Amino acid sequence: MTDTVIPPAPPLIPGDTLPAGLYTLRHDLDPDQVEALGRELDDLNRRQRQSLGAADADYIRRVMRAQKALAIGGRALFYVGFFPPAWIAGVLALGAAKIIDNMEIGHNVMHGQYDWMRDPAVNSQTFEWDNVCPAEQWRYTHNVVHHTNTNILRKDGDLGYGSFRVTPRQRWRPYYLGNLAYAAILGTLFEWGVAMHGLDLPGRIAGRRTREQNRPLVRQFRRKAARQVLKDYVLFPVLTGPLFLSTLAGNAAANVVRNVWAFLVIACGHFPDGSVVFDHNQIGQENRGMWYVRQIVTSTNIRGGRLIHLMTGNLSLHIEHHLFPDLPARRYLAVSHEVQDICRRYGIPYKTGPMYRQVGSVLKHLARLSLPTR
Amino acid sequence: MTLQTVRPAMSPRRADRGLTRVTGAVADLFTTPHGADRFSELINPLWVRNEIRGRVVAARQQTMDTVSLTVRTNRAWPGFTAGQSVGVSVEVDGVLQTRYYSPAGSQHGPARELEFTIRVNPGGVVSPVLAATVGQPGLVLRLTPPRGTFTLPTPRPDRLLLLSGGSGITPVMSMLRTLVDEGHQGKLAFLHYADDADDVPYREELEAIQRRRPDLDVVLAYTAPGAGGGLPGLFTGERLAAAVPWYFGAHTYLCGPPPLAAAVQDHFRVVGLLDRLHVERFTLGIGPISADDAASGGTITFRRSGISVADDGSTLLEQAERAGLDGRRGCGMGICFRCVQVKHSGRVHNVISGRDHDDPDEEVQICVGVPVGDVELDL
Repeated sequence: MTDTVIPPAPPLIPGDTLPAGLYTLRHDLDPDQVEALGRELDDLNRRQRQSLGAADADYIRRVMRAQKALAIGGRALFYVGFFPPAWIAGVLALGAAKIIDNMEIGHNVMHGQYDWMRDPAVNSQTFEWDNVCPAEQWRYTHNVVHHTNTNILRKDGDLGYGSFRVTPRQRWRPYYLGNLAYAAILGTLFEWGVAMHGLDLPGRIAGRRTREQNRPLVRQFRRKAARQVLKDYVLFPVLTGPLFLSTLAGNAAANVVRNVWAFLVIACGHFPDGSVVFDHNQIGQENRGMWYVRQIVTSTNIRGGRLIHLMTGNLSLHIEHHLFPDLPARRYLAVSHEVQDICRRYGIPYKTGPMYRQVGSVLKHLARLSLPTR
Repeated sequence: MTLQTVRPAMSPRRADRGLTRVTGAVADLFTTPHGADRFSELINPLWVRNEIRGRVVAARQQTMDTVSLTVRTNRAWPGFTAGQSVGVSVEVDGVLQTRYYSPAGSQHGPARELEFTIRVNPGGVVSPVLAATVGQPGLVLRLTPPRGTFTLPTPRPDRLLLLSGGSGITPVMSMLRTLVDEGHQGKLAFLHYADDADDVPYREELEAIQRRRPDLDVVLAYTAPGAGGGLPGLFTGERLAAAVPWYFGAHTYLCGPPPLAAAVQDHFRVVGLLDRLHVERFTLGIGPISADDAASGGTITFRRSGISVADDGSTLLEQAERAGLDGRRGCGMGICFRCVQVKHSGRVHNVISGRDHDDPDEEVQICVGVPVGDVELDL
């Protein structure tokens, strides 16, 4: 018997379009049920972790090999970039390579999903990814802040990244009329947005962090960004000689492909219509069961085939990822059956849908939020 | 947020000469941020600049339960001093497992060749994999730089006694071969304890050295009853004096299992010779401990902070914070890996995964780790 208290359901505010069941969700579950849910999910996690072995190690190594082949192939195609289909193929191949590097490999490795292998090449503390944001800064904003404070307003910086409105709980300002535009710009330049997020730019602007505090972070970011820019916009273009501009454009386009795709996938995870966002005063001391419930209700899945799972870094299985962030992502599909069963038995909505529907829902949601709520 | 990260032990790159350094830096820039190693190793696993790796090129059975491997290393190997040990890592079921072995060859041997003689533990994790290379070379290993202070001083002492037992023979074998290569002219005794003649690695070579150098004292002592040999029975001070009468004036280098080491150290303490005794520590595996103790009654040592606390049963992070240390608390629930610390020794129980972490120099999440027995953290 636990003595934790489940906070009362907050009142619906104008503009909330959530189905009634979600907000009263935590009234439907009593503390004992929440604790039992916690135990079931803990047990599922433990069983999965005990079976980690050669198959998982071989998988990530295979993905890393394939990613390198794609990157080499893409960059090679720019040598014949004067031929438009080759240029487009180069952009898609290099873009796909950057996507896999950032998502299936980078995001997952930096979550510590492969730390158990003890291989420094896939260790969360030393891995660097093909992105202008330094890995260490991303790991803080993502692993520590986003995953602990998922969807808690004013604590989870991923809610709008400080630039656009994702919930009616953010008070409307005329600035938000450009909601879709801000999201589009951020999406196009997403790796730079992530870097600014790592430097806590919103915090700097709001005065929560001083220039002195940020100096080592800025230094670290400058070094990382300089090497990335040098590689993509100087070295490889120069290598293709007279095709300098074509390769530069191709590399930039590949970065944009990765930026937009990653942004859309991440937006689908938390911003579709009906996503639950909590106020920070709604969340008190959470036990494991309560934390699990918050992870489920604030996440949304994308339904798709194996290619979708690979190209989203298994963030298509967002609920499973938020339940078990340090479990190798290739396991999420297998555990999703059990997770859905658990959700059904405890009466927790498990939100999933095809990609086009989730993206559409995000766009509709952001568009509606650009206007003042009724 | 600080910029401190805990990095797994990686070997330092040997000083590259000018052109190598420049081409290496350029290659790393083109492959940023992963580095050229991640590409070159896909062609040949030994082609890495930032890690010491080796390949087993030959393996043979030494005695019934020991195997000798010859390992050819890559260019990152910095060379070693006789008596030092090396961490050898091999992937077993997806996990890199590390064990420490002393190269047995002379330090003046071929620059990138190492010889390891290992005792095979049939129930073990690493030694059976290494033993399987007999007749099937090619296994790729990762190596740490050599470590340890169990080495001979320069200039070499006039009188030296190399004393070993069981698989402790490897570092002193390295010393012996080194001294023979150097044409050492002083008094040198090599005294090895084993069950019987079949249990002595390098027995033929030791006998050959004795024949070539009758001035050296190679003594093989067998402890099994009826095994014969030059010095039957367990170690005692009298037997030592009988075999090596001049040992009082010598520096003694000892490497052997705990009973032998204890007996030798006791005797040397009694006769006041401890300052001339140099001992190589044997790291033993941790036996099974009942996992349900609330507080294990051990001590937690925080190495870099220089303090120790008595274990009170709570997580390592809580105990570190109570001791006034900054444990880099992140989520506090084992998912963000911010609090990862290197556990140098001891056993840590992870309350989320249920796993026990026993290995030396292993990374653990201290927010969900509970010590079992004595634990030393890097913090």
